[in-house]
Amino acid sequence: MIGKGILKGLGVTLARFWSTYWDDLLWLLRGKKRYRTAEGIEHRSSKNARGIFTVQYPEEKLPSPEEFRYVPFLVYDEGEGGKKEVRCTSCGICAKVCPPQCIWIVRTNDPATGRPVPVPAEFYIDIDICMNCGYCAEYCPFDAIKMDHDYELASYTRNIYPMEKLLKSADYYAGIRPLNAAREDEARKAKEALKAAKAEASAA
Amino acid sequence: MTAPASTQTLDLAARFPAAVTPDARPGYSGWIVDAAKLTEVATAIRDEFGYDMLTALTAVDYLPENKMEVVYHVYQTTGGPALVFKVQVPRADPIEVPSVTPIWRGAEFQEREAWDLFGIKFTSHPDLRRILMWEGFEGHPMRKDWKEAFYEEDVKPFKSRWPDGKFHLAESKNPYADNLKFPPGFDPEKWVPEGDAALYGALAKYSHTNEDGIKTDHIVVNMGPQHPSTHGVFRAVVMLDGETVVSLKPVMGYLHRNHDKIGERNTFLQNMPYTDRLDYFCSMTNNFGYALAVEKLMGIQVAERAEYIRVIMAELTRIQNHLIFIGMFLNDLGAMYTPALYAFEERELILDIFEESSGARMMCNYFRFGGVVRDMPEVSIKKARDLAFDRLPGKVDEMERFLNENEVLVSRTKGKGYLSAEDAIRTSMSGPMLRASGVPYDIRRADPYSVYDRFDFNVACRPEGDMYARYMIRIDEMRESIKILKQALKQMPEGPVMSVKPQYQVRVPAGEAYGRIESPKGELGYYVVSNGKPNPWRYHVRPPSFVNLTSLEMMCEGEKIADFVAILGAVDIVLGELDR
Repeated sequence: MIGKGILKGLGVTLARFWSTYWDDLLWLLRGKKRYRTAEGIEHRSSKNARGIFTVQYPEEKLPSPEEFRYVPFLVYDEGEGGKKEVRCTSCGICAKVCPPQCIWIVRTNDPATGRPVPVPAEFYIDIDICMNCGYCAEYCPFDAIKMDHDYELASYTRNIYPMEKLLKSADYYAGIRPLNAAREDEARKAKEALKAAKAEASAA
Repeated sequence: MTAPASTQTLDLAARFPAAVTPDARPGYSGWIVDAAKLTEVATAIRDEFGYDMLTALTAVDYLPENKMEVVYHVYQTTGGPALVFKVQVPRADPIEVPSVTPIWRGAEFQEREAWDLFGIKFTSHPDLRRILMWEGFEGHPMRKDWKEAFYEEDVKPFKSRWPDGKFHLAESKNPYADNLKFPPGFDPEKWVPEGDAALYGALAKYSHTNEDGIKTDHIVVNMGPQHPSTHGVFRAVVMLDGETVVSLKPVMGYLHRNHDKIGERNTFLQNMPYTDRLDYFCSMTNNFGYALAVEKLMGIQVAERAEYIRVIMAELTRIQNHLIFIGMFLNDLGAMYTPALYAFEERELILDIFEESSGARMMCNYFRFGGVVRDMPEVSIKKARDLAFDRLPGKVDEMERFLNENEVLVSRTKGKGYLSAEDAIRTSMSGPMLRASGVPYDIRRADPYSVYDRFDFNVACRPEGDMYARYMIRIDEMRESIKILKQALKQMPEGPVMSVKPQYQVRVPAGEAYGRIESPKGELGYYVVSNGKPNPWRYHVRPPSFVNLTSLEMMCEGEKIADFVAILGAVDIVLGELDR
């Protein structure tokens, strides 16, 4: 019979249409909100999702997974009296590994001796050129540059981020990437302990 | 992945003592064929030794040795490793090499590309015009002595970035409208595009006179640049007899950015995120092919767990690519968006897994030489299990119920856009296009890489060679991919995901390697030449979308113009990869 295939296909469409409203109804009867709640969004991106499962951006936002990466930022530790202790030592590895070469670093030189000081004098990232590959964060030996989660960066101008705009606190970093931050802190502490033990041994 | 030396399976030098010598350079393999004898040797390779499919043809500019080399990779469709042979010619214009297009039709576009980018004239090529650059472009950009207008340094990292990286805007050094080179005395107002006569002239195949002796003209229709139902900026020049396609030429390069040249400036590692941007639906498989090529060169093993993660990612990529294919193909047939959106739903769930593992949904940049960047988190392994065991099989069934018997789909695709098995092999088709023409050739089986030899799956194959077969083969392949996924998820061992220490500068010994994988669209190959420096000397991508268009004219001849869009859609092209 001609038209049977089309009818069969329309059956699928109808089933999908039905399950959208059926799910809405079920959630309503259970007294739960399917929209604009974390639970509802999670259900709509799970294997049990059926019917329509679009997320109503910007009212609703998908949670960013920990590894999500979007443009880098520089991490600073809170020092005494709110002093920002920048982790970056301006070693230049991020600038060298950067595929589109969007990182620009001016190293600080000690005015008296002329020798490099492990702190950047200037640090620029050309955000419009950055391709969000995450290499800078991956290969930084000091955990000083990390990838951000903030993706709402639309603007009318060119975006060149100087150091002031790039600096974000270690707490912020631990907030967006708790597992990574905990792991790195542990590794750093272990390294410091090892160093201290070595210094002690050589002193003794 | 062991050294590529094992690719030599027969002794060409014994058969042609005067014309062929083994390639003895360290790190290289294959044979060097005398340019004057190329046609004779190539014919024998095809007819006597059975290497019926030429997949990759490219050139390398060995500037220090003052040589141009053309590299050919040919395969037997019954499976097995490549036969690699090369032709070396002095690097002085005119550089001439006999064309192998009469022997392997699939060389047509790749020879045009080599002419365009390297300036190698392939004598007796039927239609040697520029293919990626525009007509009237000055010079051949892949030559090592050609520098672009925004040239800063030969290789990255640029010295201006560190330690004295005073920032300046890229556009201040490279102002708009001044970033082009023209030949001396060039006046854009008076310039006449010289390629057009060749382009349109080649299309007229016959003239037609009706019973009354009145001559009827054919019509040339320029479809695009843009429309062919907007897979991207693509153009097809079609010669029509009424509504019937007489002949057709694809015109491409509108999205060309010279990926190969960018790749030669990058370090080996820096190329990885650039491969994401080739076929932006399948960044995982793009990474895969490049990682294979460089790992071959470096001679390193891949961590066991990483091999499984790679397979899982590659198969998830295949599933989502085929879903998108079905959605977009139905768009081309006029079923606006309902199938496409159904396909996108499942794709979103797959992209969630990519995002949790790699950090990005599309531009994954997940593979490293020796493994993958980080382990799959527990949550995404669980999601992959859920999809493979619970959700996707049912969704593929649903897709079949939804579309398979749809009368409009069936009547528009069955028996249309026919490509015979012989033609498919001759024109170097690969992937689903080849298998839908009845050639069961799948690189995962024919020339296995990674751990594909450990899985039990069938090579999907449909003998009909029409568009309906091309649609059905994607459904079949999704099922096979789910099968592989299930096995990989069950067998995945524990352990590290990198076999070597992650380094931002990798040491790659001198030599050449060709890494090829069965990407969702066909054979994706990377030809990489290293001279021991931190940057590749030659980095070439053999994209399936590009080569698969060779047979477009064959498939369209005699069909109606309305079917052209569907036939193009059934090839499954992505312009990011086609134009590079």
